[in-house]
Amino acid sequence: MPATEKELAETIRRISGVDTRKCMKCGKCSGTCPAFGEMDIHPHKFVSMVEKGEIDELMQSKSLWTCLSCFACVERCPRNVEPARLIEAVRLAVIRRQGENYLKADQIPELLDEKLPQQAITSAFRKYSK
Amino acid sequence: MKFSYYPGCTLKTKAKDLDAYGRRAAEALGITLEELPEWQCCGAVYPMAKDEIATKLSSVRALVSARDLGNDLVTLCSACHHVIKRVNGDMQNDENIRTKANNYLQLETPYAGETKVIHYLEMLRDVVGFDELKKKVVNPLKGRKIGAYYGCMLLRPSKEMQFDNPENPTIIEDFIKAIGATPVLYPFRNECCGGYVTLSKKELAQKKADVILESAMEQGAEELITACPLCMYNLDANSTAHKLPVHYFTELLAEALGVK
Repeated sequence: MPATEKELAETIRRISGVDTRKCMKCGKCSGTCPAFGEMDIHPHKFVSMVEKGEIDELMQSKSLWTCLSCFACVERCPRNVEPARLIEAVRLAVIRRQGENYLKADQIPELLDEKLPQQAITSAFRKYSK
Repeated sequence: MKFSYYPGCTLKTKAKDLDAYGRRAAEALGITLEELPEWQCCGAVYPMAKDEIATKLSSVRALVSARDLGNDLVTLCSACHHVIKRVNGDMQNDENIRTKANNYLQLETPYAGETKVIHYLEMLRDVVGFDELKKKVVNPLKGRKIGAYYGCMLLRPSKEMQFDNPENPTIIEDFIKAIGATPVLYPFRNECCGGYVTLSKKELAQKKADVILESAMEQGAEELITACPLCMYNLDANSTAHKLPVHYFTELLAEALGVK
């Protein structure tokens, strides 16, 4: 039986270690996010939607693939909520499912160019594939 | 002065200059960097998930290896530094991760984050000292207007990285002064270059890199320096903005020390 949204929300809390109740909804995380313009659901919404248990919608979000893991939201949150950890946890909840990898090895050759550092491939794989 | 040294994968391939100049400059400063005998890729991004142990093990192995050699561990790539330093923090502070990593590795002496991890720039600041470095410069880079590009990985989260002030850092500007050049401050020096998103969303990374380059040029920078091969790629190869030359900071250090 597939996990209920309530169970999923519990999983996200466990994987991320984030206490969403600490959020005071100041919006600084989204205000400082360098990928803000490329996101459908913004970092502050991740916090409130996990709090409300609306995980199915988060798992469909394109923000999972545009978050840069730059830690600006983590650094600047006045309540130490660490929204990036929530985004990572939801991303993992997606790619840990069979067949749900966002980046597949056979896509790599066409993405390469001569100067691309190995670091780019390794980090993208770590973020987008299991 | 001797350190264990973790170069990382990219410094053995696309970023050989970052490594080679770094080693040469260290030698000129009387510092011995001993590459760890067997190291594995750090994974390039810090695994934030509390339930991921396997992806942290390569960092733990490097940290244990340095401890067993009795050395502090010097890193050079920003990403490796970020990953290894944060995993070390987990081994100190997260009992669950520490217990599971130790259960898996079955070390003779369990590891609890004893190794001190410092980035090459911290070594210059805190071990050599920028005043001492200045004295050893034989070829001061006079008249060069250089923008420091910090990026994300060295600075954030500052609670864990403890590298410098995350919003108003000075270490790279101080380095630029020490090698005789003029640092140029610009507002986007600690903004993200686009990072790994460059692989799947090229235009997003391009936008990020362009803003940084434009910001640096507006303030009068004529070149940028970085400690990260992925930042180098995004700023140098992937940007569409009018180009500024981008160098690894170790190249300028080697130049100033006369060992380039």
